[in-house]
Amino acid sequence: MKIVAVTACPTGIAHTYMAAEALEAAAEEAGHEIVVETQGSAGSTPLTAEQLAEADVAIFAADVEVRDKDRFAHLPQVSVGVKKAISGGDLLVAQAEEAVKNHVPAATGAPAATPAGAKAPAGPGAASKVRAWLMTGVSHVIPFVAAGGLLIALGFALGGYQINLPDDDPLYKTILDGGFSAGSITAWGALAFGIGSAAFNFLVPVLAGYIAYAMADRPALVPGFVGGAVAVTTGAGFLGGLVAGFVAGGLVMWIKTWRVPRALAGIMPVLVIPLLSTAVVGLLMYVIVGRPIALITEGLTNWLNGLSGTNAVLLGILLGLMMCFDMGGPVNKAAYTFAVAGLSTGSEGALTIMAAVMAAGMVPPLAMALATVVRKSLFTDVERENGRAAWLLGASFISEGAIPFAAADPFRVIPSIMVGGAVTGALSMTLGATLRAPHGGIFVVPLMGNPLGFLVAVVIGTLVATALVVALKTFARRRPVQAGTSTTETVTERETVSA
Amino acid sequence: MSDLITADLVDLDLPAGDRREAVRSLAERLVKAGRVTDLDQFLADIEAREAQMPTGLDGGIGIPHCRSTAVTEPTLGFGRSTGGVDFGAEDGNPADLVFLIAAPEGGGSDHMTVLAALARRLVRKSFTGELRSVTDPAAAAGFIAKEVSA
Repeated sequence: MKIVAVTACPTGIAHTYMAAEALEAAAEEAGHEIVVETQGSAGSTPLTAEQLAEADVAIFAADVEVRDKDRFAHLPQVSVGVKKAISGGDLLVAQAEEAVKNHVPAATGAPAATPAGAKAPAGPGAASKVRAWLMTGVSHVIPFVAAGGLLIALGFALGGYQINLPDDDPLYKTILDGGFSAGSITAWGALAFGIGSAAFNFLVPVLAGYIAYAMADRPALVPGFVGGAVAVTTGAGFLGGLVAGFVAGGLVMWIKTWRVPRALAGIMPVLVIPLLSTAVVGLLMYVIVGRPIALITEGLTNWLNGLSGTNAVLLGILLGLMMCFDMGGPVNKAAYTFAVAGLSTGSEGALTIMAAVMAAGMVPPLAMALATVVRKSLFTDVERENGRAAWLLGASFISEGAIPFAAADPFRVIPSIMVGGAVTGALSMTLGATLRAPHGGIFVVPLMGNPLGFLVAVVIGTLVATALVVALKTFARRRPVQAGTSTTETVTERETVSA
Repeated sequence: MSDLITADLVDLDLPAGDRREAVRSLAERLVKAGRVTDLDQFLADIEAREAQMPTGLDGGIGIPHCRSTAVTEPTLGFGRSTGGVDFGAEDGNPADLVFLIAAPEGGGSDHMTVLAALARRLVRKSFTGELRSVTDPAAAAGFIAKEVSA
C-alpha cells in the first residue's frame, strides 16, 4: 500500500516532525510505502503529482488546517490530531488500511490517472503556489461570509427591507443608537443586521490579510489586513482586497530577504517589517488603487445615466454583467447605485431596472451553491460548506456570498456568473418584472410586479451560470505540472533531515 | 551558527514538581548562555503554546517549545528529573525527560532543519534511552549534537 501523509502543528517545530517520524516508522513496520509532507517551519516539500496519483490513502495528523487539502480529494482519508500519530502511529496505519478497504471511489467516474494532473496543484510551480495562497485567504473568509451574510438575511427577514434605508442614515443604526427594545421584532432585525454588517466589514481585510499571511507569515498579517481595510474604505471591493493581499505578501517576502545588522534582526518581524510594509501598502491602496477606482465608479455611473432610453434588453444585459463582476466592488456598486437612484423617479422603466439589478445580483451565490451540489468533486470541503450558506445569501440578494468562490478561482467563476447575470438581467427586463424596494431578495417578491417573471429570470440565469462554471472547471483545467524535478528534491531533502 | 545544545544547557538533576518551575530553571540557562534575550517574554510564549495543548507525550517526555522574538537562535535545553515533571501527557505519567525547544521568530527554514532533525529523534527509543542512561552533561550535549548533525 502507498500512503501519503501530512503532519502539521501550531508552532511547526516539534510535533510536526515527531509525527512524521512515527508515521514513517509505523508504515515501514507494517510493510507499506509512505511519503510525509511536513507542513512545519523547516519549510515543506510538497508531495509531487506522481506521489499523489500513485497513493492509495491519505493520513492527516494535524492540529491546524492542512494546506491544500483538495489535492487529496481522490483518496480515502484518515484525519487525527498530531499527538495521536506520535503515540499511536501503528494504530493510524491500521486505520488507513481499513479506510482503503471501505473506500468507495468518487462517483465522477474519472479514470485513476486523472486526479494527478487534474486536481493536484502538484509540485512547487508558480501557479499552484498562487492558488495555495488564495485558498488560505478564502478559507479564512468563508466563516465571515456565512455568519455575516446569514445575520444580514435574518435582519431583512425580521426588520423588512427598509432596515438599511435610507443610505445616509439607515434605520438599523437609528434603532441601535436609540436604545434596544426587546419587545420589537424590528429591533431584533436591526440588531441582526448591525452584527451581520460588522462581520461583513471584515470580509475583504481578512481575505487580504490571510493571503499575505500565507505568502510571508505573521509579519505580513498587518499590511494585508490594513490594505484590505483601505480597499473597503475606497470602495475597491474584493478585487482590490486581492491586490492588497498579494502586494502585502510579496512586499514582506522581499523585505525578509534584506540583510540587516544582527542588532536589528530581533525587531524586524515585530516592528520594522509591519511598520514599513503597512505604510507602503496603505499608500499604494489609497493613491495608486483607490483614486482610479473612485474615477471608474463615477465614470460608469455617468455613462449609465447617459444610456437612459436605450433598448431595455441591452440595458438588462449590461447591468447583469456589471452586478456579477465584482460582488460589492466598484462596478457592481455603479450598477446598483444607478438602479436605486432611479427609484425616486418612480417611473415604470426605473422599477424594471431595479428588478433586473436585484435578480442579477442574486445569481452568483445561487449558482455557486447549485454548482457545489451538482459537482461536489470540483470544490474543496470549505467551499462546499460555504455553498450551503450561499443558498440563503443568494435568495436574500447578498451577492457577497459568492466572493469566496470568485476569489479562489476568479478566471473561471467570474465570467460564468457574469453570463448568468446577463441572462437574468435581460429576461427580467423582457418579462417586465418591477420592484420598488432596493433590497430584500425573496423577501420582497410579494411587493413585485410580475413576481413570476422575476423568479423565472433568476432561475434560468442561475442554471446558465452553474452550467458554465461546472464546464469551465471541468474542461479548462490547469496544465499538469511536471513532477520530475521535484521528485529528486524530495529525496535529497528527506535524506538531509532523516538520515 | 553555534551548536543546538552545549553542556551548560543540560541539567541532569532537574527538581521534580511544577512544570513552570522546571521550564523557568531551564530557560534561565538559555538566558545565561545568551540564547534568550528576555526571560519573561520567552516564558509567556512557552505558556501560550502549553495553553493550546499540553506538550507532554506518552512515555515520560515533555517538550515545552515555542517560536519567540526573545530567542536569538535555535536552541535546546535538556533536563532530566528523577521525580518527574507533569506536562499533561495523555498516559498521565510525569516526564522524566524535558526538552525545552526554543526557536527564533521568523527564522529562515534552514535554521529550522536542525530542530526538525531533533524532533524526529525524540520519537526514537534508542535516542531517549541513551539520554536516560547518560551520566554527565557534557556527554548528553555531545550525544544530542552529534545525533542532530548526522
